[in-house]
Amino acid sequence: MAVEVRLPTVLRTHAGGASVVSLDGATIGEVLGKLVAEYPGLAGHVVQEDGTLHKFVNIYVDDDDVRYLNGLDTPVPDGAEISILPAVAGG
Amino acid sequence: MPVLRLSKDIYMQMVAHCLGGLPDEACGLLVGPYGGDEVDHIFATPNAAASAMIYQIDPREILRADRQAQALGFDIMGVFHSHTHTDAYPSPTDMAQALDPGWHYVLVSLRDSHPVVRSYLIADGAITEETVEVPGLEGPG
Repeated sequence: MAVEVRLPTVLRTHAGGASVVSLDGATIGEVLGKLVAEYPGLAGHVVQEDGTLHKFVNIYVDDDDVRYLNGLDTPVPDGAEISILPAVAGG
Repeated sequence: MPVLRLSKDIYMQMVAHCLGGLPDEACGLLVGPYGGDEVDHIFATPNAAASAMIYQIDPREILRADRQAQALGFDIMGVFHSHTHTDAYPSPTDMAQALDPGWHYVLVSLRDSHPVVRSYLIADGAITEETVEVPGLEGPG
């Protein structure tokens, strides 16, 4: 499935400045794996070594948070927009 | 010293949103050129934490702001939030969660009768204050 992945500004320096990357994959996990294969500098910034999502990012497939779907196993429809969003919080 | 430029209208919207959030902290996103110094508009959001001590922006709001920014050819370029009883200076919690060295981190202190607005760049645990320029605004920020 061809999808577009939108990167948050904080991660673009690890992706050659790209804001949107076009990739293929059947699930979120597959797409993110290909993203890191293309830009190894992103390793650990989106998916952690233990295979879970980094606590400082949220991943949306179109309008849905994958944490409330099937996480990294969430299927991605063709043409979906995947957004990697930064966590924004403080005190 | 680096600079953050806000129109008087944006400044007033931001302060009004913070006052409207009392007694909780209020927050929102700055939209404009990433790494630039001029805010195009703000995207006021609810404080998902609904707390006087912390703030949190729902990722759904971040997604909406990001799409709006994209449509205008901009990005999210920073965040603002209020401190209800302390200085307009990043707290340790703010520091721990300030992820983007290219963002402007704006603090609005509501401790005194007159709101105080200050802005910072936060990179590698170092805080750099920047001048907040609001053309046409009378008196101290």
